[in-house]
Amino acid sequence: MAAQDDAPFLRIEGVSKSFGTFEAVKNVSLTVGKGEIFSLLGGSGCGKTTLLRMLAGFETPTKGRIFLDGHDMAAVPPWERPVHMMFQSYAIFPHMTVEANVGYGLKHEVGLSKADRAARVAAMLDLVQLSPFAKRKPHQISGGQRQRVALARALARQPKLLLLDEPLAALDKKLREHTQFELMSIQERTGVTFIVVTHDQEEAMTLSDRIAVMDKGEVRQVGTPTEVYESPSSRFVAGFIGSVNSFEATVVGREASHLRLDVPALGGEVLTRDMPGLVAGQNVSLAVRPEKLRITKDRPEGPNCLAGHVKDLAYFGKDSLYRIALPGALVQAHAVNARRGDEGARIADWDDAVWVSFDPSSAIVLVD
Amino acid sequence: MSRGRFARWFDMRGWTLLLIGAPYVWLVILFLLPFLIVVAMSVATNTPTAPPFSYGGDHPWINLEPFSRVLTDGLYLRAFLTSIMNAFVAMVLCLLIGYPMALGLTRVSKSWRTILLMLVILPFWTSFLLRVYAWMGLMGKNSWFNGLLTDFWNFLVPLDWAIRSVPMMHTNFAVVLVMVYTYLPFMILPLYASLERLDPTLDEAAMDLGSRPYQVFLDVTLPQSIPGIIAGGMLVFIPAAGELVIPSLVGNASQPMIGKIIQDEFGQARDWPMASAVAVALLVLMVVPTMIYSRYQAKAEGAK
Repeated sequence: MAAQDDAPFLRIEGVSKSFGTFEAVKNVSLTVGKGEIFSLLGGSGCGKTTLLRMLAGFETPTKGRIFLDGHDMAAVPPWERPVHMMFQSYAIFPHMTVEANVGYGLKHEVGLSKADRAARVAAMLDLVQLSPFAKRKPHQISGGQRQRVALARALARQPKLLLLDEPLAALDKKLREHTQFELMSIQERTGVTFIVVTHDQEEAMTLSDRIAVMDKGEVRQVGTPTEVYESPSSRFVAGFIGSVNSFEATVVGREASHLRLDVPALGGEVLTRDMPGLVAGQNVSLAVRPEKLRITKDRPEGPNCLAGHVKDLAYFGKDSLYRIALPGALVQAHAVNARRGDEGARIADWDDAVWVSFDPSSAIVLVD
Repeated sequence: MSRGRFARWFDMRGWTLLLIGAPYVWLVILFLLPFLIVVAMSVATNTPTAPPFSYGGDHPWINLEPFSRVLTDGLYLRAFLTSIMNAFVAMVLCLLIGYPMALGLTRVSKSWRTILLMLVILPFWTSFLLRVYAWMGLMGKNSWFNGLLTDFWNFLVPLDWAIRSVPMMHTNFAVVLVMVYTYLPFMILPLYASLERLDPTLDEAAMDLGSRPYQVFLDVTLPQSIPGIIAGGMLVFIPAAGELVIPSLVGNASQPMIGKIIQDEFGQARDWPMASAVAVALLVLMVVPTMIYSRYQAKAEGAK
């Protein structure tokens, strides 16, 4: 896991990048520790790829500076950076064998003998389990294997920083899950710092030690997957990562360790965990994740109970998604199908009257 | 009933056969048959008749003497050598000039690309002959162009080496110059086609792995453009080696190229078998590189 030194390994300081009048990256500051898997997560056009290309040296920041291991990277051309990239398209040289692809970067390594070079290539191929394919040409191997060639090629020169641009996007679902764990284990074995660009929140959640959520060129939140998911700092982050039921609310007041909110859409007041800095009368948002809503036939004990009926439900096997109509809103609730059985195994059926409830600590209060 | 069956056959297979067959019929009638006639003439004996060759009777059915002369007579060997040398030098120069231009075309914006590609083909809009005559005007002793070059030379060298004009006309230099000028688009277009297909992220990947731009070119761009280089090279070399007009107009008459020889044998010498033998030899000479290219391409295609 992340072994962070005092001085950050990678420091991005107020970096901006404009293309003409379009500002692709706006004043981004980030620090990444050595050996961390750090994800840049965001939709297309959020600036994550531009930021990655600035780290690789293909783009020059319009403003700001990038320090890697204490060195300012501004004047360092791409071919001299100890930073290697795994391209989204893999960018494998089609006219070279798998072996030659993996060894390509090593030919620039001064003082590396032919035998050492061959040994390094062999070790890399072994790491990604491609040794039997060393003599093949790229068109003779599968997409998943090409991805591993790209990874081995980028790792062969033992970079300080490995940049991965949508590493799993081109793989099918089964292979993606497998590769995800393989990437993590390779990262652990090599200890190289990974920066991953992805639009897939699940990928970011499982791979990363920390995630930076980006939107319109800005970093909206940086944190561990748990922090970003459970304590999003803004409506954007809450909505981008996972799904969420969110409602307009007004702060009524504090009681004990709780905050009382008036939520018109839910037809009354609800209790949430207290959050410092809020005053009565302030407009906020209340957000509750679908899996944190409980569905029961009978009115449960405790606060935050809302009556409604099942409008729609989708059965996924291991769990079901319910859309429940409350007097003033339609909410989504996720429930695990813990019991096995026929239709009776479900908590509720279409048009059943149900109670929806949630813990005060499960609700998120968002100001931004 | 039978008409219906024919219609069905035509819909299923006939139209593809027609589509594939038409160019073959064209090639057989207009290329293969005439070539066989030339081959037949090349083994005839030259006689003072009309047409000026005969078979049988006093003469052998197959007379290989024209071919043995092609292979032994210095006139023909020198002509072949001159042709190959001129065509080869022109091809190499076209490659050296055309490659940067083709590469440049792939690096400019879409709108510029259209304009520049237009400029590459623009010379074809004027008559080829007119353009050769224009070069003759430029290269001639009394032209401003020649004068400029002369002054430049005289400025550079000591007084003893001063010249009145640059001897350009009627030299192999002139032949190569005009051939490069004429055939350059045939080099640029296939090169551009092959370079344009290359994935620019491959360049970035090579750069990312430690290659400076010139290494990226040598390792990534150049090897991937070999099919374009071969195609362009053949499109220049083959017509240049058989070129008749350019060497007749600007070339050195005492160092004829092979096209001129064929013309002279057919025309002035009225030795049709000899002319045919030279033509067949030229064709064989051109077919060999074409076959090498086809094999190379088949190998490249098979690798995909």
